[in-house]
Amino acid sequence: MKNVVDVKELTKRFGELVAVDHINFEVRKSEFFGFLGPNGAGKTTTIRILTGLSKPTEGRVSVLGLDINSRIVEAKRHIGVVPEISNLYDEFSAIDNLLFMAQLYGVPRTQRRKRAEGLLKTFGLYERKNNLFRTFSRGMKRALTIAAALIHNPEILFLDEPTVGLDVVAARSLRNLIGNLHQQGIAIFLTTHYLEEADLLCDRVAILVKGRIIKIDTPKALKAAAEEESVIEFSFGREISELIEDLSNKLPEVKIATVDHNKLRIYGGAPTEVYDSVFSFAKGKGIKIQSINSIKPTLEDAFIKITGLSPIVMAIEKGGK
Amino acid sequence: MWRDSLRGIYYIALKDMRTYYLKPPSLSWGIVFPLAWILAFYLRNPRGFEELVPGLIAMTILFSTTAAEAVVINFELRLGSLERLLLAPISLPVVLLGKVLGGTIFGLMMTTVITIVSIVVLGLHPNFLYLILIIIPSLLVFSSLGSLLCVLVKEVFEAQTLLNLPRFIMIFLCGVVYPVSAMPTALQYLAYIMPLTYTVDGLRHSFSIASSTMVFTDTLVLIGFFILFIVPAIKLLYKKFE
Repeated sequence: MKNVVDVKELTKRFGELVAVDHINFEVRKSEFFGFLGPNGAGKTTTIRILTGLSKPTEGRVSVLGLDINSRIVEAKRHIGVVPEISNLYDEFSAIDNLLFMAQLYGVPRTQRRKRAEGLLKTFGLYERKNNLFRTFSRGMKRALTIAAALIHNPEILFLDEPTVGLDVVAARSLRNLIGNLHQQGIAIFLTTHYLEEADLLCDRVAILVKGRIIKIDTPKALKAAAEEESVIEFSFGREISELIEDLSNKLPEVKIATVDHNKLRIYGGAPTEVYDSVFSFAKGKGIKIQSINSIKPTLEDAFIKITGLSPIVMAIEKGGK
Repeated sequence: MWRDSLRGIYYIALKDMRTYYLKPPSLSWGIVFPLAWILAFYLRNPRGFEELVPGLIAMTILFSTTAAEAVVINFELRLGSLERLLLAPISLPVVLLGKVLGGTIFGLMMTTVITIVSIVVLGLHPNFLYLILIIIPSLLVFSSLGSLLCVLVKEVFEAQTLLNLPRFIMIFLCGVVYPVSAMPTALQYLAYIMPLTYTVDGLRHSFSIASSTMVFTDTLVLIGFFILFIVPAIKLLYKKFE
């Protein structure tokens, strides 16, 4: 089987609201596939349909060749799911949570404890195997939730925003663990709004905005497309967000995005014209320019070019990085 | 497939027993409340206490099964842990039946304790087959009633509030304390559309010399109530995941 997930014209409506709008994509065997988009783009709705928690309004979805409308229970034997919320049982210890999952997934009795302890060792939680889930830190809860999703050796792992709410160290550690799982041959479907996470981990990325897939490609190809135009970053001596509109009027043919309260990036346009316009704008407003950088496009730049959205919007929506 | 479903029902029931039922609030509602109620009647009239035993067992069935059943589904929906169960290779009806079985097992434990103590202390000689034929379907009926009321509402506390209404109406109208035949005709009609009436009636037959037909009739009616409660509960839970 070439594809582990096949999605054709998938649509989900909630009354008048179209959460997912005729999307098409496939996840290949052993691929790390990213679903990238802001809040409300339809990422979680899509993952809920793919994992059988919600029914599609229209379209056809198959997981490992099994139609999810008619054979979802069969498909669920081969998939692992890590929801956005770490929803294991607070009253159970780490090992008991994993053993309960092993029971539900029909892992043979003789293998349950061995597998559970093996996963606890892999995720660095073995020393705390008898501690209650509720006593764990957020990062440890996430790690145990991923371990629980792996107890039955799934062929595909669905991860919904796995690093949301984690501190930098915990998020990095979790990304390493996820990367290692992929290297073991598990296909991974990741939804995220963290652009660098998708860039770092994914083989291919689908960019989803307002329920529609705008682009699917490798992070490298997306960045290459962004390289076709110049990206110049200006740093100013004070807050400039309220002046963006004035600058946009001066440079109508370029795309301007704020990176920080005193920093912006200008995409496209002839570099000399951009420099001249920004210099004269800053002089006119009495603002000091602190630095100028011509930068190599990142996936974030590609995202801005493709969607016209600011990555800051996504970070704010989910409570920041 | 059936094996997977039965395994799912069993492990969910065991998990719920451990998580919710063997906890002080469930134990107090399941045993303390019916005991306190009956004690009040015993103190009023100690001589006719044997006649109250079927009512005592019926109340234990009612309160022990519905004590936690009416809150666990909404509680887990709120925490997201019900979704965790639905991600496993089992269907939604299996998850709900697992929850119902959890309440049933807990109710069976409580009811067994009360029944054995009553029989030993009062020296009663019931027909045990009849007792089983009435107690088991009754436990399933009231556990599924708890789950139905739970999925009818959104908030945890709403289910408990909603459940108190049928619980207390049933205590007064279904023959727990006063015989149904002694009530006004209109109230008798009301009693016959309530499942507890058939539980009390069946239990009374089990403690007296009654024909098996009377007990089987009560059993069949109780099975009918179980289907009447569990089917809409499954449909409503499906709706929550649409």
